[in-house]
Amino acid sequence: MTNVLLRYTNLVLATLFVLSLLSFILAYLFPGQPIENLTGLRLDELAEHQNSELKYAVDANIFVQYWHYMGELFAGNWGVSFSSGLPLIEDVSHYLPASIELSAYALFLSFFIGLPLGFLAALRHHKLTDYSLLSISLLGYSIPVFWLALILILFFSLQLGWFPLSGRISLLFEIPRATGFILIDILLSDSIDKTAAFTSALRHLILPTLSIAVVTTTLIIRITRRSVIKTLNSEFILAAYARGLTPRQVLMRHGVRNALIPILPLLAMQFPTLLTNAMIVESIFSWPGIGNWLIQAIYQQDYPAIRAGMLAVSTLVVIFTMSIDLTIRLTDPRRRRAERATT
Amino acid sequence: MNILEKHNIKHWVQTALILLASICLCACDGLLLSKTDPNGIVYCSEGSPANFNPQLDTSGTTVDASSHQIYDRLIDFDPITGDFVPALATSWLISNDGKTYTFQLRRKVSFHDTQTFTPTRFFNADDVLFSIDRWRLMTHPFHHISGGRYPYTDSLKLGDLITKVTRLNGYRVEITLNKPESSFLANLATDFAVILSAEYADKLISRNQKELIDHKPVGTGPYQLASFRQDRYIRYTKHPKYWRNIELTDKLIFDITPSSSLRLAKLITAECDAIALPAHSELEVIKQQDELVLDEKPGLNIGFWAFNTSKAPFNNPEVRRALGMAIDKNALIEAIYFNSAIVAKNIVPPTSWAFQSDVRPLSYNPIAAKKLLREQGIPENFSMTVWAMPVQRAYNPNATKMAELIQAYLQKVGIQVNIISYEWSTFRERLSQGIHDSVLIGWSADNGDPDNFYRPLLSCAAIESGTNRAMWCSQEYDLLINKALQYTDISERTYFYGQANELLAEQLPLIPIAHASRYQAHRKELQGLVINPYGGVRFGGVKKIQ
Repeated sequence: MTNVLLRYTNLVLATLFVLSLLSFILAYLFPGQPIENLTGLRLDELAEHQNSELKYAVDANIFVQYWHYMGELFAGNWGVSFSSGLPLIEDVSHYLPASIELSAYALFLSFFIGLPLGFLAALRHHKLTDYSLLSISLLGYSIPVFWLALILILFFSLQLGWFPLSGRISLLFEIPRATGFILIDILLSDSIDKTAAFTSALRHLILPTLSIAVVTTTLIIRITRRSVIKTLNSEFILAAYARGLTPRQVLMRHGVRNALIPILPLLAMQFPTLLTNAMIVESIFSWPGIGNWLIQAIYQQDYPAIRAGMLAVSTLVVIFTMSIDLTIRLTDPRRRRAERATT
Repeated sequence: MNILEKHNIKHWVQTALILLASICLCACDGLLLSKTDPNGIVYCSEGSPANFNPQLDTSGTTVDASSHQIYDRLIDFDPITGDFVPALATSWLISNDGKTYTFQLRRKVSFHDTQTFTPTRFFNADDVLFSIDRWRLMTHPFHHISGGRYPYTDSLKLGDLITKVTRLNGYRVEITLNKPESSFLANLATDFAVILSAEYADKLISRNQKELIDHKPVGTGPYQLASFRQDRYIRYTKHPKYWRNIELTDKLIFDITPSSSLRLAKLITAECDAIALPAHSELEVIKQQDELVLDEKPGLNIGFWAFNTSKAPFNNPEVRRALGMAIDKNALIEAIYFNSAIVAKNIVPPTSWAFQSDVRPLSYNPIAAKKLLREQGIPENFSMTVWAMPVQRAYNPNATKMAELIQAYLQKVGIQVNIISYEWSTFRERLSQGIHDSVLIGWSADNGDPDNFYRPLLSCAAIESGTNRAMWCSQEYDLLINKALQYTDISERTYFYGQANELLAEQLPLIPIAHASRYQAHRKELQGLVINPYGGVRFGGVKKIQ
């Protein structure tokens, strides 16, 4: 147990080290002065902030510089954005929760729809239901996310006028910021009409969540279906029948759990895809998340922001994937390292 | 193997469907039909303002966000008639020699009570002195805050014009000029002549936070700034003690949406109540929507084709005339402005009193043009450049396309055209160096005074300040427009501007092409929003009916 924990911690630290190194090198690869790209201050502004050159030790050799860079990162001094002049750590912690929120709802929705449908397809294996579900999921999987998002906007926002097409909530609501997750913040706030604000937030959530969820749902359907079919063909299922259990008892007692266990790690691997899709969808729905913010930063050649945003997003992905992997490893002792590597 | 009985699955599916349907019904009821947003107006603007002080920035984005929302001026233009109307000054008096202006100030006008500042007194003469002295005096403690450049007042050299600003008593201010200038009052009524709070400035000095004056603004206007997030939104709340008795909503939001098609989409879905700058190509779409309103008004602007008169052969008026005859302005307007502009005759639009309808415009005549060019010694296959500005402006929505059309026209008279374009700031910088042969550009006026066209566009001094794109300097012209400024009587001024118009029609340093209309699109529920031909959008007095 301790061994496993140690090994994972090591792995996470090593990956994060490589990422931090990469972000540091980026400051040198981007056009302009490295010190500008690190601090976000222009040379003429730097003159006013004498100590930032000292902090980053620009005159020392590159290893010392990296050491100082890490020191600043941990101290929360990520530099400021070229375009807005705001501290990057503030921007990132403002926009990241919005992306996590969107991805989480999409993931939840995909589970909610994908798992039952996956089971249904497997149970009706080689039947019409199975084939139709399979073709629908193939269709869903092949639709480009941005195209789907635009079609949803065209139909549900512009034609029917049911849902708004941009933002997280009507700007007329002023939700005090506590957690960064809009639905939770609404519940925590007390000065506003909660029902109206909640409704507005939900109406804004539906289309972006749907556009992201479609791809993930189809994936979950396919993964679940395959896993259930494999499980139901196992010998222990046959043994359960032999013991005289009804089909329902067999499924509930032996099928579901055993089919779900191999699914979870596969789903964890979908998280980066999910986040990537979320970033694309964000920029279409003007969702104030990290993806939209990064794309703006790229347009405006805001190098400090690109550097910090890339580091924050990749750190999130690494930590999330690793922790799911770790949880599974700890809860399912059957799994060997070799097996994990294939997922 | 089939684990579940058929009817069992059917039962499941049925239950699931019923559940889903009921969820949908509840959700539809709650989500689709109830649109109980709080009371307020959302305006989709095109960009983030640089700051909240129009003294410092003449860009339309900054002006829209600050000028008529946060601040007031001493006097205003009536957006419909164009006359001066009292604002913070209740009355004003001009001395007989036209050099001294006395303003009587309004009493009991409150400044905003914000998070950073609580006013202890009403607006008075000190605030007027502070606001004018800030840009006028280099020694003023706030002159160098936020860059120390005041583009509007600097370009008109208003600081040199004013010799002193005196406080006669708490509610009376006297401004003395070193020579009479009849456009002075118009300059005080522009979006840039806003009144700041002197008391707030003193507070900021004592707190050593002078730079906040332009970022956490305090004014007397109908709305006060609540919060601003770059590239996302600006929130305003109602100024509860606003002096004008007009309709104000609790909240005013600028939803910053740079893409013009997205602005239109948000207008259609009612996420915005009004939008900035609808694109010319989208006007038809707006007209077709029943719940949208498109207002149109002739704009105070001019799109033109200027020749670099400091270069041969463009220093020859006959060559310029021939080139002007080679292009068909009507066709240009149809193709570029989608008929949302009128053909320009003078450099001032027909709504201005200096406009002269009897000036004969150049008529399209390629044969005569070709003949004239040969007479002036321009050989067949002569090559010249047309610079096309890279940005979209009301006065020229697509300069590149216009340049291509002109290229085709000039081909017919035996002239090869190279179209040149750079990124906008580089473009303007190289234009000021005078290396172009000709350029497609234009001008939007900031106030109703015709001087705002004549002086910046073609006077000798404007070559240096970088607005005279024709590089044209004529002593005769300068004399005429300066004479016009010495009189306050409009009929006398019209006489001099008429002379100037004739001189321009004869010399043709630039070919006026179009006066584009200004458009504003909003939803039907919004009432009271009028196009302000003299600049920024105003939300005081605008209301939303439910």
